[in-house]
Amino acid sequence: MRRSLEDPIFRYVAFSAATLLLVVLSGLIVSLAIGSWPALSKFGPAFLFSSNWDPANEVFGAAGPIVGTLLSSFLALAFALPIALGIAIFLTQFCPPAIAQPIAIMSELLAGIPSIVYGMWGLFVFAPWFSEHIQTPLSGLGGIFAGVPNGANIFTASVILAIMILPYMAAVFRELFRSIPPQVREAAFGMGATPLEAVTRVLIPYVKKGMVGATMLGFGRALGETMAVTFIIGNSHGFPTSLFSSGSTLASTIANEFAEAGVMHTSALLGLGLVLFLITFGVLAIARWLLSSQRY
Amino acid sequence: MIANQSRALRRKAASWLFTSACLVATVIALTALLLILWSLVTQGVSAINLEIFTNDTPGAASQYVGGLRNAILGSIMMCGVAMLIAIGVGILAGTWLAEIGGNTPYGHAVRFLNDVLLSVPSILVGLFIYQLLVVPMNGFSGWAGAIALAILATPIVARTTEDILNLQPNSLREAGMALGASQFVTIRRVIWKAAGAGLLTGGLLGFARISGETAPLLLTSLNNQFLPEEWWNMLSGPTASVPVVMYNFALSPDDVWIKLAWGGALLVAAAVLGINVLGRWLAREKKM
Repeated sequence: MRRSLEDPIFRYVAFSAATLLLVVLSGLIVSLAIGSWPALSKFGPAFLFSSNWDPANEVFGAAGPIVGTLLSSFLALAFALPIALGIAIFLTQFCPPAIAQPIAIMSELLAGIPSIVYGMWGLFVFAPWFSEHIQTPLSGLGGIFAGVPNGANIFTASVILAIMILPYMAAVFRELFRSIPPQVREAAFGMGATPLEAVTRVLIPYVKKGMVGATMLGFGRALGETMAVTFIIGNSHGFPTSLFSSGSTLASTIANEFAEAGVMHTSALLGLGLVLFLITFGVLAIARWLLSSQRY
Repeated sequence: MIANQSRALRRKAASWLFTSACLVATVIALTALLLILWSLVTQGVSAINLEIFTNDTPGAASQYVGGLRNAILGSIMMCGVAMLIAIGVGILAGTWLAEIGGNTPYGHAVRFLNDVLLSVPSILVGLFIYQLLVVPMNGFSGWAGAIALAILATPIVARTTEDILNLQPNSLREAGMALGASQFVTIRRVIWKAAGAGLLTGGLLGFARISGETAPLLLTSLNNQFLPEEWWNMLSGPTASVPVVMYNFALSPDDVWIKLAWGGALLVAAAVLGINVLGRWLAREKKM
């Protein structure tokens, strides 16, 4: 009697655990939607398209943080992508394995360092250095270089984000290059290709889909990153006017203002959360789909 | 002939430039990461002393040389509770995916959503738990923080569990069945046992991920300057944690507080690195 019940009970418990994951994710979406409803219904489309974020008068438009999030993440990706690609190619193609292995392990371990540590480094080390040696000399030029030369701006936040996603992206790219059968590479060299031609015309096209997926996963990380950015982006709402002007992201605004928010303000911050979820969900879903179709 | 030679030369030169560019990229990245490690160690080591483990965090405008005791204990308690939940739910869910229902349409959906949950921005989990627990319970609490951390760690444990169980040879399952054992006994006594080190690695990876998490705790456990008298009361009110204390102190104008923040940063980074190295070491043992 006991024996015959054991399996169904176990299956049921394990099934419930798996279902719990699904329930948590749906609960997350539903709670964000319910919580942000007062703000969304009050401001309507202006919540997305107005950049007037004024907690004192209870007027909330999220365009500033939305643009700040997309801009800083795109910049971070622009910095990180070529470097991550360079590392992965160097480690898999040109570097003796005896050196490649320690470098790879080290960079993978560094990928685990909490983002708040990167944020503190940005605040205390990188921002002052940047302000003194780069921003102050360039500030006379105006245009995209205009801004208060205190080192806390969209550009520096993007650099910190780029450093943060770099080890992760380099590790995924390296895995992709390692998954290519050696015969493919040997065939390219056998045809008389130079290393450059082998990489750009044979190896990269071979893993193209996976690379796009990995890049989007890195982008997804940058979009939702909170602590590394909050320290250093300057936290001002409204549209960023130049590369060196302060700004804010969806996540940094939530972290910064949540503790002292009133009722409508809290609802508006939950609205920012919902927007952030929808953006990252879209990016991640596409990335996972591309990465899974790369496996064979 | 000459045209051919110059073309070969150009191709060689381009390739050489490309190789150098890859080398330069590696050097740039390593330099940046080493600079961060360097600041962390130089600033952090000078902040670490015995007081950091014996004193609580200092209050505003006090002369008291504080430490991080309450924050360290709070972090350990919240991460501990979170890992208990995450390991229980994660291993069961991973086992279901690998052994029971992973190939059904529902299994594919669970696997996909688990991957999404794995990379949801952590601050959104904080917002969710704030709505689910903090508002109904009328206040921030360490329990809410622990649940938020559990939600972040569970998908990692589930994912590694499924991957590890899929590596176990089918002959193990057949051997269990052939002895007349039920599926539950086969999984518990044979499969889980064979995959033991791998399961532990999954737990450690999840633990490493949450021990430095800041954003969700800002919205759930907040901070607490005092340590409750009884340890079992620790999580029932607002609870200090090392990352949140680091965040508050790093943004303060007080040099002593900033120093404590660096000390906390070094502690957290060392803990995460240590856990990761241990996890990797266990995983390597397993493969051999």
